[in-house]
Amino acid sequence: MGDAEIIPIGTRGRPGRGTGQRPSAAARSLAPKAAARPEPKTPRVKKPVEMAPDPVEEPADPVDETLAPRAVAPVVANERPGIPVGDWLAALESAGKELWGDDWEPQLARLLAFLRRRLTGDYVVDEFGFDAELTQRFLFSALRPIAEKWFRIEVIGAENIPTEGGALVVSNHSGTLPMDALMTLVQVHDHAGRFLRPLGADLVFRMPFVSSMARKSGATLACNEDAERMLRGGELVGVWPEGFKGIGKPYSERYKLQRFGRGGFVSAALRTGVPIVPVSVVGAEEIYPLIGNMPSLARILGLPYLPITPFFPWLGPLGAVPLPSKWLIEFGEPIRTDDYDAGAADDPMLVFNVTDQVRETIQQTLYSLLMKRESVFGG
Amino acid sequence: MAGRVVLVTGVSRDLARKFARAAAEHPGVERVIGVDVVPPRGDVGGMSFVRADIRNPVIAKVIAKEDVDTVVHMSVISTPGPNGGRATMKELNVIGTMQLLAACQKAPNLRRLVVKSTTTVYGASSRDPAMFTEEMEPRRQPRGGYAKDVAEIEGYVRGFARRRADVAVTLLRCANVIGPHVTSPIAQYLRMPVIPTVLGFDPRLQFLHEDDLLGALGHAVGAEQPGTYNIAGAGVLMLSQVVRRLQRPSLPLPGFAVGGLGNALRSVHVTEFSPELRAFLTFGRGVDTTRMRRDLGFEPRYSTAAALDDFATDLMPTGGRADRLLAGLESRLSSAAIERVEI
Repeated sequence: MGDAEIIPIGTRGRPGRGTGQRPSAAARSLAPKAAARPEPKTPRVKKPVEMAPDPVEEPADPVDETLAPRAVAPVVANERPGIPVGDWLAALESAGKELWGDDWEPQLARLLAFLRRRLTGDYVVDEFGFDAELTQRFLFSALRPIAEKWFRIEVIGAENIPTEGGALVVSNHSGTLPMDALMTLVQVHDHAGRFLRPLGADLVFRMPFVSSMARKSGATLACNEDAERMLRGGELVGVWPEGFKGIGKPYSERYKLQRFGRGGFVSAALRTGVPIVPVSVVGAEEIYPLIGNMPSLARILGLPYLPITPFFPWLGPLGAVPLPSKWLIEFGEPIRTDDYDAGAADDPMLVFNVTDQVRETIQQTLYSLLMKRESVFGG
Repeated sequence: MAGRVVLVTGVSRDLARKFARAAAEHPGVERVIGVDVVPPRGDVGGMSFVRADIRNPVIAKVIAKEDVDTVVHMSVISTPGPNGGRATMKELNVIGTMQLLAACQKAPNLRRLVVKSTTTVYGASSRDPAMFTEEMEPRRQPRGGYAKDVAEIEGYVRGFARRRADVAVTLLRCANVIGPHVTSPIAQYLRMPVIPTVLGFDPRLQFLHEDDLLGALGHAVGAEQPGTYNIAGAGVLMLSQVVRRLQRPSLPLPGFAVGGLGNALRSVHVTEFSPELRAFLTFGRGVDTTRMRRDLGFEPRYSTAAALDDFATDLMPTGGRADRLLAGLESRLSSAAIERVEI
């Protein structure tokens, strides 16, 4: 019978959200019943104990059953400061449903397990420091919208990416910042289901933050030892042989391939007998049109170049937003290297020839892609 | 190892003493002679200790008199320690090795020489390959300190191997040794309640468990496999991972500040950040252990991660609050789920 009275709606005339002990004037006028009680604290603690059996005594009444647990929770909460665990769980539940729909619980459990694994360091990196989980969950998830929505990347010839075994992916390099490399990583992963392992200049491993991120996303130093080690391990290795010459070239020289290094990538492929997949990226040249350079400042900072673009450094950090050019990435037909004999890698003439062949393939593909692209920013 | 006489140098230090003790228990070993300037503390077992300084020619007399056929050189020290500065350390390392090798050259019955070296010889820089194999050189020649000492020692050992082709010389380049009882700069570093790291860098680390170090040395003494071998546990860990596994908070500092902190800590004898250690904690290092498995035939019992776990057993976690929070949440979630299922 006492049910209706006990259900504590509101603060029952006690000071509500105020911090003082004394009730406000408004509260006092509302609280004649509360004032009548001799000890306000003891009954509050006792009441739930008294009322808890109520629903058990009257199991026939369904209204009581639903009301009783709700009535208990806030009263119990009075004993401890803060938001009760029940409320947290309810909030968590509704948030989970909001986010993942009805099977939110396994999803949330999986997320929690993932977070705990990360926090306790209970994950595996390979000998190059590659953290597949982190790359897939964070780096690629962050890059994918940029690839799809901002650059609207179209991939041609994804079937040319070998589905297994070692292969060397060779691409042109442009765009002031190595955005093309990052985009190629995402596209290779999404189209071939494999991780492309980029080879980076030693500058990458000298710079704070960049270096730790690079190793975790699968990069290693561009040297023959590492390239051959990865290729022998059956990895898909990516190289950008133009290096800083390509990425830091002025806008006026866009889509003109620079010298392809010293052909070290070809000798690594020859030595391991893996195919070379030529890749041509169109669109990256326009993201940060490099119209000038600050060589002396770059030298002080130990960088190969310090770009001046129409927006950088004039707009500060805003200048680092890439222009939304339309990208096309074409994976060419693999060039086989396994039919050369064993000493081929030590034959400089052969290495130069294969290098030129790869370079020429990429250059020609670039021209045909440029013809295909209707406009720089449209499409 | 029938009736062999083994001489172990540097037995005042824990690992060498343990190795000498273990070797003395081996049935094939007749005698183990431990040599050092300072007597060892702790249980020496069946080892007989000879107080001798390897920096002076007395060592030749010990080798000749005891008819030593196997020398295990373990007295290459990585830190100056409390008694003596860098000059003493260099003298002990380089001059000591030279004297020892000179004595060995004059010992006609010597058959085996095992030298414990370290992967520090490879240095650590941004231009390093991911995994060093035994024939690779450091990208930058060390200018001083421990790395230079070791490089010089290895040079002398190679020279000795050329001059005494009848002696099987095994050079073990061991990764950072950790274990519950190890005192080394890296172990002391990982025991700090808050681990300072270099901001923006996450080096790859490899560890070798102390038991595996002893195992590798024993294996090298027993096996007739001369040559240079990298010795490390399987797998690599990033420093960020190590810090999380140890449940310690980390304190990322810019590179120069880590050096300053290191100097401050040295003055209070907590630990020491040598330039090599600083480079190591910035760029990390990985060594290839194919040759250890294939040619030497040694397989460490502990992987890098297992060695760290064993190291961590004695450590009180000083962090890991976020993990406990998540664990609590997880258990709450599952119990709530069970409740709902029951309803």
